[in-house]
Amino acid sequence: MSDAASSPPHALSLRIAHLYPDVMNIYGDRGNAIALQYRCEARGIAVEVVDIRLGDPFDPAAFDIVIIGGGQDREQRRIAEDLQSRAEALRAAATDGMPMLAVCGGFQLFGRRYVDQDGGTIPGISIFDMETRHPGAAVQRCIGDIVLTTPLGEVAGFENHGGRTYLADTQAPFGRVVRGYGNNAEDGGEGARTNNVIGTYLHGSLLPKNPAIADELILAALRRRCGEAVTLTPIDDAAEQAAHTSAVTAARRSPAIKKDP
Amino acid sequence: MVARLAGQLGGGCVLVTGTNGKTTTSRVLASILREARQPLLHNREGSNLMRGIASALLSAAGPSGRIAGSERMLGLFETDEATLPAAARTLAPRAIAFTNLFRDQLDRYGEVDSVFEFWRRALAGTPASATLVLNADDPSVAELAEGWSGPVEWFGLDAPEFATTSGGAFDARWCRECGGTFEYDLRYFAHVGYWRCPGCGRARVERPAVVARQITLSVESSMFVVDGLGAVTMPLTGLYNVSNALAAIAMARVLGIEDGPIVRGLAGVEAAFGRQETVVVEGRKLRLMLVKNPAGANQVLQLLGALARSADSKPLHVAVLLNDRFADGQDVSWTWDVDFEPLAQSLGRVWVGGTRAPDMALRLKYAHWPAAAAVEESPATLLDAILRDTSAGDDVFVVPTYTALLDFRGELARRGAVGEFWVHE
Repeated sequence: MSDAASSPPHALSLRIAHLYPDVMNIYGDRGNAIALQYRCEARGIAVEVVDIRLGDPFDPAAFDIVIIGGGQDREQRRIAEDLQSRAEALRAAATDGMPMLAVCGGFQLFGRRYVDQDGGTIPGISIFDMETRHPGAAVQRCIGDIVLTTPLGEVAGFENHGGRTYLADTQAPFGRVVRGYGNNAEDGGEGARTNNVIGTYLHGSLLPKNPAIADELILAALRRRCGEAVTLTPIDDAAEQAAHTSAVTAARRSPAIKKDP
Repeated sequence: MVARLAGQLGGGCVLVTGTNGKTTTSRVLASILREARQPLLHNREGSNLMRGIASALLSAAGPSGRIAGSERMLGLFETDEATLPAAARTLAPRAIAFTNLFRDQLDRYGEVDSVFEFWRRALAGTPASATLVLNADDPSVAELAEGWSGPVEWFGLDAPEFATTSGGAFDARWCRECGGTFEYDLRYFAHVGYWRCPGCGRARVERPAVVARQITLSVESSMFVVDGLGAVTMPLTGLYNVSNALAAIAMARVLGIEDGPIVRGLAGVEAAFGRQETVVVEGRKLRLMLVKNPAGANQVLQLLGALARSADSKPLHVAVLLNDRFADGQDVSWTWDVDFEPLAQSLGRVWVGGTRAPDMALRLKYAHWPAAAAVEESPATLLDAILRDTSAGDDVFVVPTYTALLDFRGELARRGAVGEFWVHE
């Protein structure tokens, strides 16, 4: 039995907002919501995942964690406008330490802007100081298994993006590329991190096979609610670690760091 | 050269395309055409790129360059979605059947929208004398009728008892004409069902020419009623295969085939490679159910759920095999778009295999499936575990991705349970 003072209270329930799950879901992004829910429930923490769709009322202050995935170009344009209407509230929540996970297209929209191949600009919500540019259809997409080193340990996954993301000098990346392309196939950075907001191109099943990131988000949420003394009970991660190792092994089969020619 | 060879075919050419069901639809249609004594030239299962179509024509022509008996011969070509523009331009088809459009191996094809654009481009190069055979239930396929000046033969399911509320992976949410959000009176899986667009008023056609109703599914067959044909039986099961059968029936009608051969062709069809193929090993009936993408996997899981709910059912023994080679899609994140959760309460033994077995095991753990009795990358060890954990007479549903199917079937062949199978492509 862990120290009562450091365990989350039993009646505690975390609320997770899943933004545009019906649109921004092209690469199994649902897996991240499933993983957060599973890992909370395994520790006796109740979870409510609330789907926020286009036009739905949404007050970030009523939630503990926000997640958003990636979509197809046509669909992404449509949600970008809706997201703008929530930009101020999301920025305030990010500054206040709310944990968020933005993946792939969602990650791009958390930057300042997305410039498409014809030079058209889609404004982002500027949680991250970065911009994404699409180099045009003639330039290959960044597709493949990817491994990072991050302050949370080794992270493994799969990336598939046309846009190249460039961070401002003062913007921290999420990790450094060990295998794969990363943000722009040039500078070896991957993703972005500001306070408890993580942005990354590693899509779909990021959290299930990288449980340390899932737990980081959960712990940050609990600490906002119950104070810094809260800790997480360890749970059996054998299956998670095996999947992680399997993804790292898959990435090792391809060339190390990939760059644009 | 391909165009010249195809030009010899007096019966012309027909093409079958779509994300899922190409192989089975082509197979059912071939069975019907054989019953109708229609001389037939077709490509090998799965060899559905231009070179597969070319090699079928070339090997029929031989060194002489003349296809023997070509005066009455019909070309039936299963065609990859991205190959359709080239195939339509080269073969000038009499008819093209479109089964459905789902997300599929995005690391190879790009986005679902790009596939739709391939199809639009293909139709722009297709003579308007061609008939489109279209799935009325899939709004992405139905959309192809907009702007098509030639004839259309619609097919669709009338099966409210199979309606689902599960989320699944929607691959068509918005109307391409007006941007409206599709609404559904009933939905079978993903975005397939009785759809309508509140924006521009487009909707599923009310009365498709070919409709299946009163559908009953068993482990080994399906029974359904089609207007004009009465009750028909087919030794393939699952709502998705009934839809494939409708595509084949609609195409057969376009080709002027009479009802008798259609009914006999449905009854006599044999399962395609790994698609509900049953292999008996030491008395266990292994039922191989290939899955290639979230929509296909959801359909197989819905079928297993329906079988589990049937009156005399026992807990299901299921092996799931996930590979990440090129032909499977190297990105395994699609498994998170598959609804494994509803089956969790209906399971007996579970095994997990394939090159990414640990990823699959984790997906199933998070879907609250019973702990796998084995997580084995090696097909031989996996098969040993299945045999160890079951008894003669047991059914085992084996759900593999494409190359995992080849690996597993290879192991079955080594043990003499099935013939060797060589894949060209």
